[in-house]
Amino acid sequence: MPIFFEKKQLVTPGELLAEGDYLAGENTYMEGNKIYAARIGLVDTDNKKVNVVALRAFYVPKVGDIVIGAVLEVGFNGWTVDIKSPYSALLRASDVLSRPFKPQNDELSQVLNAGDLIVAKIASYDRAHDPQLTVGEPGLGKITRGQILKVTPTKIPRVIGRKGSMISMIKQETGCQIILGLNGVILVTGKTPEDEELAIEAIKKIEQESHTSGLTDRITQLLKESKGKVEENKNE
Amino acid sequence: MNEKPEKLIDKKGIRLDGRKADELRPLKLQVGVLSNADGSAYIEHGKNKILAAAFGPREMHPKHLSLPDRMVLRCRYHMAPFSVQERKSPAPSRREVELSKVIKESLEPALFLELYPRTGVDVFVEVLQADGGTRCASITAAALAIADSGVPMRDLVVACAAGKVDDTIVLDLYDAEDKLGAADVPVAFMPNLNAITLLQMDGILTPEEFEKAVNMAMDGCKKIYEMQKEALKTKYMVVKEVEE
Repeated sequence: MPIFFEKKQLVTPGELLAEGDYLAGENTYMEGNKIYAARIGLVDTDNKKVNVVALRAFYVPKVGDIVIGAVLEVGFNGWTVDIKSPYSALLRASDVLSRPFKPQNDELSQVLNAGDLIVAKIASYDRAHDPQLTVGEPGLGKITRGQILKVTPTKIPRVIGRKGSMISMIKQETGCQIILGLNGVILVTGKTPEDEELAIEAIKKIEQESHTSGLTDRITQLLKESKGKVEENKNE
Repeated sequence: MNEKPEKLIDKKGIRLDGRKADELRPLKLQVGVLSNADGSAYIEHGKNKILAAAFGPREMHPKHLSLPDRMVLRCRYHMAPFSVQERKSPAPSRREVELSKVIKESLEPALFLELYPRTGVDVFVEVLQADGGTRCASITAAALAIADSGVPMRDLVVACAAGKVDDTIVLDLYDAEDKLGAADVPVAFMPNLNAITLLQMDGILTPEEFEKAVNMAMDGCKKIYEMQKEALKTKYMVVKEVEE
């Protein structure tokens, strides 16, 4: 059962990764007893599983994911939402209104209009149907303030960090609230625009240097330094 | 140029452009050249200059063209009016419509079409300068553009032609050889799966010559594949270097 790669090696689609007693993980596929890469990325093994961390990918909806989307269109009994995925999502009017929805009484565009941004959860999705969203949980719904930032969806786990270490550190240092849409859209809400800018700068740095080790420490340092500068300016 | 030279290959086996029978034209490949496309690639294959751009997967428009059980791959092969010596009308010609289909069908086996039903991937191939063998160079570039866009692939697809010129089987024909030669066999190939996805022939060859031409084209494909892989890695190498 040979393995044909070194840890974290850059591979291209179609490269033979392993042969024999291995399992095809993310972004790989199996043909006979051979495992090949399906995307450009960095290979790694997890026990018997061969994974490729993709460098280019797009968001595929999964039930239970929190996503941030923009309302594309107001329909008869709901909204169409762009969630930066091959499929646009649907949000039903009865889900947003706490009472039964009657088309003659309710004007949907007054609740959510085209262009509005929402935080939502994927309620259902399968091959045959477009994803359906729900906002019926605390923390979900229309976004009224804050700033939006887009990153490659594959980089979101890096922004979260091991057991959430990275994201909780940024939240603590900048005093911002951060909501990570698994579709690669991030909402940053802080007390001041400066705080938000700082958090955005940190997240952008994470995206660029997502493959380096000791990143959490460097981001902490970056945030502390920038915060010092802001404070100095205030004192002057 | 328009008059037929007496011999396309001289006594020493050297072709009109100075190549040996089994020699490729110089190749240059670059990935990620267009920022508005999801994925893109540029190829210079001898005097051919071709741009390829890939978009998607995204919702199909018009919607009735989408399929309920799989993704649709659409390709457009187009030659710029200035790509050939005599101005070519920018409207798609019969040849371009056919090549679009041929390119689409040679790339389809490399994609996991069943993974993303009801969506579409669009590939646009724009020939800026043509000098024979554009379909092969287009397939090589289009495969790179798709890989760069992040669509999962079974393998990269690489294409190369072989043919018969003055009773000799030669690799990678250029314009003059294509027009004046006896036969042309373009082959598209998935190197890791060892599978041919396109095989055409124009002209007359004996079964032995045909076999020789296919094998020669496949060897050419393998050489181009190494460059293709290198080009794709170069774009992302920056990421790797930061890591080290």
